[in-house]
Amino acid sequence: MNQSGQTTASESPVGVNKIRRPRVRVETLWAIFTLIPSIILLGVFVYYFIFWTGYVSFTKWNSFIQDMHFNGFRNYVAIFQSFRFQSDLRNMVFFTVFFMLGCLILGLFLAILVDQKIKAEGFFRSVFLYPMAISAAATGVIWSWLLNPTTGLNLILHAFGIKHVPQWYLSTRILPNVHIASISGGFPLAMIAVLIASIWQWSGFAMALYLAGLRAIPEELKEAARIDGAKAMRLFFSITLPQLRPITTTAVVMLMASSLKVFDLLYAMTGPGANFVTDLPALNMFDTTFQGNEFAQGAAIATVLLILVLIFIIPYLIGTLRKEVSK
Amino acid sequence: MKGFTKKTGVAVLSVATMGALLAGCGTSNGNSTSGSGNSANTTNSTTSTGTGNSGSLEIFSWWTGVASSKALQQFINQYEKQYPGVKVVNAAVAGGAGSNAKAVLSSRMEAGKPPGTFQVHAGNGSLLSWVQAGDMTPLNSLYKQMGWNTKFPQSLLNLVTFNGKIYAVPVDMQRDNVLWYNKKVFAKYNLTPPTTFNQFFTDAQVLKSHGITPLALANHGNWETTILWSDVLLGTVGYTKYDQLMSGKVGWNDPGVTQATNTFLKMMQYTNSDYNSLHWAQADGLVAQGKAAMNVQGDWAQGYFTTTAGLKPNVDFGWAPTPGTQGVFAAVSDVFGLPSKLTGTDKTNAENFLKVLGSSEGQKAFNTLKGTISPRLDANPSDYNAYGQSAMASYKKDKLVLTPTQGGLNPGFTTALQNAMTQLISSQNVSQFVSALQSAAQQNPLS
Repeated sequence: MNQSGQTTASESPVGVNKIRRPRVRVETLWAIFTLIPSIILLGVFVYYFIFWTGYVSFTKWNSFIQDMHFNGFRNYVAIFQSFRFQSDLRNMVFFTVFFMLGCLILGLFLAILVDQKIKAEGFFRSVFLYPMAISAAATGVIWSWLLNPTTGLNLILHAFGIKHVPQWYLSTRILPNVHIASISGGFPLAMIAVLIASIWQWSGFAMALYLAGLRAIPEELKEAARIDGAKAMRLFFSITLPQLRPITTTAVVMLMASSLKVFDLLYAMTGPGANFVTDLPALNMFDTTFQGNEFAQGAAIATVLLILVLIFIIPYLIGTLRKEVSK
Repeated sequence: MKGFTKKTGVAVLSVATMGALLAGCGTSNGNSTSGSGNSANTTNSTTSTGTGNSGSLEIFSWWTGVASSKALQQFINQYEKQYPGVKVVNAAVAGGAGSNAKAVLSSRMEAGKPPGTFQVHAGNGSLLSWVQAGDMTPLNSLYKQMGWNTKFPQSLLNLVTFNGKIYAVPVDMQRDNVLWYNKKVFAKYNLTPPTTFNQFFTDAQVLKSHGITPLALANHGNWETTILWSDVLLGTVGYTKYDQLMSGKVGWNDPGVTQATNTFLKMMQYTNSDYNSLHWAQADGLVAQGKAAMNVQGDWAQGYFTTTAGLKPNVDFGWAPTPGTQGVFAAVSDVFGLPSKLTGTDKTNAENFLKVLGSSEGQKAFNTLKGTISPRLDANPSDYNAYGQSAMASYKKDKLVLTPTQGGLNPGFTTALQNAMTQLISSQNVSQFVSALQSAAQQNPLS
């Protein structure tokens, strides 16, 4: 196991230079110097605006006219009390979980398929990666045509004589429909449509990551396991999967980031949906801020979204970090 | 050493990822503020001296579509003919049905760098906000000088007048309470366009029994059902009460609102079931194809019927006021005002442009291209198509009211109304809907 750890570390693309102590100072200075432009840009256009958004979320700026008077937590109370935001949180949890599972499982499956030394591997790789190159807005429009129950794929199902075609694209059903706060808790069926479109788009990305990971697993390891008598299943679960852990970390972090930011796909595809069954916080924030001009409440939604991202991701990273160290 | 390298690797990765994440969150809200950076460049050029025929003029709008930008160019052409020395900057901002433009405008107003003049809707939406903030100059003397007080109907001027002061020049007129119907379908079943809700339901029964969707509906954008609802409200409570509701003089717990909402929900039973996935033009498509008989939509739908669907007005498709709204015109009008922070040449140029905007030649060239009608009383009906002529005839004698979906009310109220509507059509809970409207009007004052 120790040997494998070493191999992964030295092959990791972000591994740092280890030797050459005497020149550290010059290198550090050079590093700082080259980082300055991006630090300034990030500082102004990312961190300053995060600070500004947070600041605005505590003001009374809820109309066109800027009103920077302190408003306490009232904007936060207002959004958490609203039916729409509560629905958003429910949808976000289910969307993120199923989106990540879908992309990871499908991505790994595709990567293993492509890794089987098949003919025209490059062709299949491109085919699976291609959806990522399409803009989310175009993806949304195409899938909305396909999944619309009266015009899309259902016509084909009809032609095959299937009477009870799926209606969940426009369904407002929520399973299992437990009453939480002012909303029904559970999985909104209409979310399936959005999940299909987004998993279709992003699983190629997971595949690309996993494919790189699979190729990086040293052949000697598998060879050694085979000599020890491991069968294909055992090989997969005891060698391949553990070796892919760092890749999975990267994939989870990137996919979660993209899932929490989903906006364009929804905007083009289902919109907030009837009773907000397909609404997500980013769409709500857009409507609140730029349609309703309730800037402070929009900023509160953005801030909650940011905190949620941090809550989900920081423990994951710390956990990964600890496990890596303990090795 | 091994552990250290790996740890550092993960740390670097995590920092990079967090950066990417935060970038995503930050920029979405940073839009409005970064707009001011752009605007600084464009307004830099508006500083020179002279009177009326020098310097520059910046016109701000969200008219970036083919027809609307061509139409806007007509005003600019006429202005440039009169004032060839002025450099005209067409600062149109695309996207989001005007919401991007409004965000950019808002940041420019805050930065004290307003454009020469800007597009806004008549009524108590953002126009009222700008007036309340003291960002607009009253135009009473300009109206007097141009004799516009009698050229526009008083009912329209009321929508741009606050505390006795007129703040904007109307350039076009559109109508929200139009019932579009398929003439051939109606003739086949011996129906006439319904003028009351009872007639509507009688017609709807007949159509439904013949397998035709009585009322085509779209709701992909979340505002289409709200148009239908507001027209039902107007048809139920009548002009006076509707006007009072829209201007915050009567509370939303009025029994008329409940009654109208119940009627609206009953009408929803006669619509196509997939309305949540349709855009407005697709709903009109159902009417054009004869799959559905009627649709309630603003009069921008006539462009779809004649141009896209290739139908003949009064032969293939017809129109009527929505049930119960005869004699009332739900007005959607683009108007232009004069920012109060303008001085010197900038102000003179902007005032001169407003004169072109209000002129009868300018409005004729503009509206005939844009597919809207001129709000001037002396506009010549023969310049417009069949629908435009009939709309103009109604406009000149009808009472005008505001409409919630097209920028005529406090945008915060409109967003809350549309959110409540999304819930209503699925929950059918009228009392919850009414109380949502009440609290929306409290949080977002209507006047």
